[in-house]
Amino acid sequence: MSASLEKGINAFKRQVDSTVAAFFSSCVHCGLCAEACLFYTETGDPKRTPINKTEPLRRIWKSEFTLVGRVGKMLGLSKKIDDEFLEEWQELVYDSCTLCGRCSMVCPVGNDIALMIRKTREGMAAAGQAPEGLVGATTRAVTIGSPMGVKWPALQAQIKHVEEDTGLKIPVDVEDVEYMLLLSSMEIMNFPEFIEAVAKIFDKAGTTWTISSEAFEATNSGIQIGVSDIAAVLVQRIVDAADKLRVKTVISPECGHAYTAIRWDGPNLVGKAFNFKVRHILEVMDDLRKDGRLKIATKETRKLTYHDPCQISRRGGVIQEPRNLINMVSDNFVEMPDAGKMNWCCGAGGGVSANERADEIRLKVFERKKAQLDEVKPDAIVSACSNCRIHLEDGLEEYNMDIPLLSLTETLAEHLAED
Amino acid sequence: MTEIELLSWARGPGLQIATIIFVAGVVIRILEILLLGRKANLAEAKGGEMSGGLRTVFTRTVPDRTTFKRSSVTIVFGYIFHIGLFVVCFFSAPHILFLKDIIGFGWPSLPTPVIDAFAVITIIALLGTLVNRLTNRVMRFLTNFEDLLTWFLTFLPVITGYVAFHRIGLTAPSLLAVHILSVELLLVIFPFTKLMHAFTLFLARWYNGAISGYKGVAS
Repeated sequence: MSASLEKGINAFKRQVDSTVAAFFSSCVHCGLCAEACLFYTETGDPKRTPINKTEPLRRIWKSEFTLVGRVGKMLGLSKKIDDEFLEEWQELVYDSCTLCGRCSMVCPVGNDIALMIRKTREGMAAAGQAPEGLVGATTRAVTIGSPMGVKWPALQAQIKHVEEDTGLKIPVDVEDVEYMLLLSSMEIMNFPEFIEAVAKIFDKAGTTWTISSEAFEATNSGIQIGVSDIAAVLVQRIVDAADKLRVKTVISPECGHAYTAIRWDGPNLVGKAFNFKVRHILEVMDDLRKDGRLKIATKETRKLTYHDPCQISRRGGVIQEPRNLINMVSDNFVEMPDAGKMNWCCGAGGGVSANERADEIRLKVFERKKAQLDEVKPDAIVSACSNCRIHLEDGLEEYNMDIPLLSLTETLAEHLAED
Repeated sequence: MTEIELLSWARGPGLQIATIIFVAGVVIRILEILLLGRKANLAEAKGGEMSGGLRTVFTRTVPDRTTFKRSSVTIVFGYIFHIGLFVVCFFSAPHILFLKDIIGFGWPSLPTPVIDAFAVITIIALLGTLVNRLTNRVMRFLTNFEDLLTWFLTFLPVITGYVAFHRIGLTAPSLLAVHILSVELLLVIFPFTKLMHAFTLFLARWYNGAISGYKGVAS
């Protein structure tokens, strides 16, 4: 990735479309977005107001795409964009935003501020203003195939363990099956139980599925850092593998941004509609439930609550499915305040967890999640995103809270009926 | 120039010039946005763009509970001055007569004491908005020259209208001329400032709702 200020400015310009122009034209500086953002509410620092994070993109829009701005530019009145300015904004655009989109839900004029910040990242990355941690993860994703540097032999080893533990065969590179399962590196390295759970559920449901040895990584660092070219390369790998195996549906695993990347951004990144469907594992399981193919033998007795991963709920549209599934295994399910599409982010999505510089602030803003949890005092938290899960565990430890975290897929697998 | 000449200029050429700039400016600004276009979405839809967009155009008028609790001052003042401006602008008898002269038809007005009350409430709410803007940590941080200018140019027609109606200070023609000129100033600056949100918020809300609606989320 060769980067320069000039490339950055061109990238900013390419991001301006009618949505961005309508949004910037409508902002009245009311500040309501600040109160929707945990990076403001938990720090009280007004520079972290969501709309302020889009300032680099706003300057480009104003000076290049508006009549007044163009006149101002000719008169030398427009605000400058230089390396120093962009460097100052790095921390706001990357460390202080998880692209959770809560601000986009409250803006009274209707600005999709999270989208504007996502677009701002395109210019920042092209200008060489992306944080080191994310650059590293993105480079590894392109060269090795995974942001954490996980290669196929590592997954192969995990598959072998799972097969030994369960006695089930994990299908690899099988053609003409219903589902192709993607995984996040986090699941492969930290939560192989997820693979085990999916294997059990699909075995009981009698579903055909496979993992591709050529494209198993679901995460997409290109999306987080804001480089669409790279994001497209990563999506294309999955498309090629799914087409080669002629699968009907590609499953996005318990990872939030991976779902956005393949489900919503994927076809737009590669410029072509997919020949297959993309579903989140929660949607797949809920479909199996509806068809009566997901049967539960025992129930959770603990008081459960559900943490909505932003990219799966608010930005992904998978809101009711997890609730249907939890209600199937629990009679003691309680919702946190603001649950569902208005849920508060864990504080580490959108590349924040891959950016070491943001370690302190992501734990600080966890106080919002803590406040939500204190309201319902659950015995266990269920979620469906490995990144949320790792960070929630970190946060709970930081604030001395002893609440176990469960993956919804794994929880269901534990309670499956034998036959 | 006598005060009668000033009033005639304000009611005649002044108003024409201001209206032309306002209409042309608004049209240019909207075209400037729409002509940029946006790419078609190639992902498989989970919901409708049009229905989602239209829904958000309306629903975004009402804040969610948590947002209301966290930003109640901003929201309450905002509601009051917007409603107040609308009522005073379009339901006072002199305004309806004035508009009837231009567009050829009128509608029933609200009684004078009601309009008077709305005017006072609007003035208070606008002042409250200004105090809030200067004291609220986030708003003060975001505030720039344009925010203060548009506040002032919105406040001016309300206060001059109130003063003209009650004939405080100057003679009637002078007061009326000042009031009309203040409205013209607002019309002229309107398309080139954030006041454009009165039109573009429908686009912004529609896009927001359409983007979310496509994914099956009601934003």
